[in-house]
Amino acid sequence: MSAVEHRVATAKTIRARGLITNRTIDLIVHIIFLLIGASGIILLALIALFLMMEGLPIFEKISFWDFITGTEWYPTYVPPDYGILPMIAGTASVVALSALFAIPLGIGTALYLAEIAPSQVRSVVKPVIELIEGLPTVVIGFFGMVVVAPWMQNTLGISTGLNVLNAAIMLAFMSVPTIASIAEDAIYSVPKSMREGALALGATRWETIYSVVFPASLTGISTAVVLGLARAIGETMVVLMVAGGAAIIPESIFDPVRPMPANIAAEMGNAPFRGEHYHALFAIGLILFFITFMFNAVATYFANKYRQFE
Amino acid sequence: MAINQIFTVDREQKMIKSAKLAVVAAVGMGLCVGSITAEARSQISINGSTTNLPILQEATEMYTERYGTNFSVAGTGSGNGIRAVIDSMTDIGMSSRWIRDSEVQQAFDNGVYVVPFAIALDGIIPVVHPDNPVKELTSEQLRGIYNGSITNWSELGGRDRRIVSISRDSSSGTYGVWVERVLKGDRVSGRTQLLASNGAIVSAVSENRDAIGYVGVGYLTGRLQPITLDGIVPTNDNIQTGDWPIARTLWVFTNNWPTGETLRFINFLLHPERGQKAVERTGYVPLY
Repeated sequence: MSAVEHRVATAKTIRARGLITNRTIDLIVHIIFLLIGASGIILLALIALFLMMEGLPIFEKISFWDFITGTEWYPTYVPPDYGILPMIAGTASVVALSALFAIPLGIGTALYLAEIAPSQVRSVVKPVIELIEGLPTVVIGFFGMVVVAPWMQNTLGISTGLNVLNAAIMLAFMSVPTIASIAEDAIYSVPKSMREGALALGATRWETIYSVVFPASLTGISTAVVLGLARAIGETMVVLMVAGGAAIIPESIFDPVRPMPANIAAEMGNAPFRGEHYHALFAIGLILFFITFMFNAVATYFANKYRQFE
Repeated sequence: MAINQIFTVDREQKMIKSAKLAVVAAVGMGLCVGSITAEARSQISINGSTTNLPILQEATEMYTERYGTNFSVAGTGSGNGIRAVIDSMTDIGMSSRWIRDSEVQQAFDNGVYVVPFAIALDGIIPVVHPDNPVKELTSEQLRGIYNGSITNWSELGGRDRRIVSISRDSSSGTYGVWVERVLKGDRVSGRTQLLASNGAIVSAVSENRDAIGYVGVGYLTGRLQPITLDGIVPTNDNIQTGDWPIARTLWVFTNNWPTGETLRFINFLLHPERGQKAVERTGYVPLY
């Protein structure tokens, strides 16, 4: 008797003896899986709650508006200043510039892999891209700090290589694989019949790609872009290492900046437990949490609203 | 204002209450644990500043080799080291700063008398790239570079290049000393890059000809040019005599005057031929 047969037999015996009804078994299984499924959401809710508990007390000292529009961040001085506008500007500038690199590169890679590349090339390149996606970010940061920064200083003659541009390139390096890999899946899943239809109407291969395949997979591509950027927004190690860490609103792409995650990581270790500085850092975390949360919510909304090929 | 005051009063009452609770708990714990700790005393626990950590690691290793005593040494930050002493959670607390008034008050409330021992000096040295022609500064010039009033090397007799000032992040102890001794309370200019570790500053300054930063004396390498400040060269000698202006004392704290094995270890730590050699080897400046 195989293991499966044995189990089925045991289950039958239990039921035959009337110990547990079929309905009870279903109910138990239902509850178990409900708990497993809900655990992720419960955990997220707990994290959000914790962030609020630790972050909101700072707003007794400073108004929310002053917090996000203040340009001075001097948490250890007397009296302290808690203005995070330079950090918001830092995150925004780095992510926007990296989007400029990452979106065309990511979508281009995806289109090439799904539409143009021969299947042998695709079978090699796609796993490699996914491998890059798993590269530890500290390695990317180290590369930016030790290789890219001195190179920028020497070739561009700028005063510091730890700046917005360097951080943006390193972040793009991180989000291109995410964007390429998800977008490629979306493009690849466009039904063959649509391509054949376009080609039958006399469209060239390029015309098929940009007027049929690309619009048809736009939802999936948007999701890919948003997820790739969300990863860049929350990324800490890279910006901590290569963004330069000056709390100023950047005037050019060669200025050093201090994005929000880098600031939290740099200061949390030494901020007195449950002090004002500590609460201020958690409040930054809270704002960051809501930004990435909004990004993901937007991605989900679009993905559901314009569901592909119904 | 009125609401504020009510809050303060309320908080004070709470503190008194919790202090009472702590005493009761401590007595209870003492009765239960007393017999066990007597047995486990052959191990000395050390806890606190990561700046002091290498010295204590080196010294405890030497001590163990000689006397066979076991240690547990953990780097948790100065604040946590002092707190552990106040709460009687550790035998020796390490700190790279002096104890704060609020901490003294807490210790007093807990019935703990905190005893400080200076174990070493840490000189903080401004550094530039070796190619930089500027190798000497006055303290006012250095202050100007960091508060943002001097922005070009040409103002200091160097190349016509913008100064890239680099500092440690604002919550580190090194930064605290810098603000006190160099900036004399001024705010670090927004353009200053804040990096998270001594190592990051070494790497940034040694690769940027326009940069100026500061590191602990143990981090000086041939790839960095130390700055002569007001004519004083940053050598171990000058730090030891107190001529070098940007230095701090590294401390250990004990819960009341140490006795037994802990006292023996503290004496070992302060001995010129023993513990102070460990100080020298780990790149700090010995006191004796």
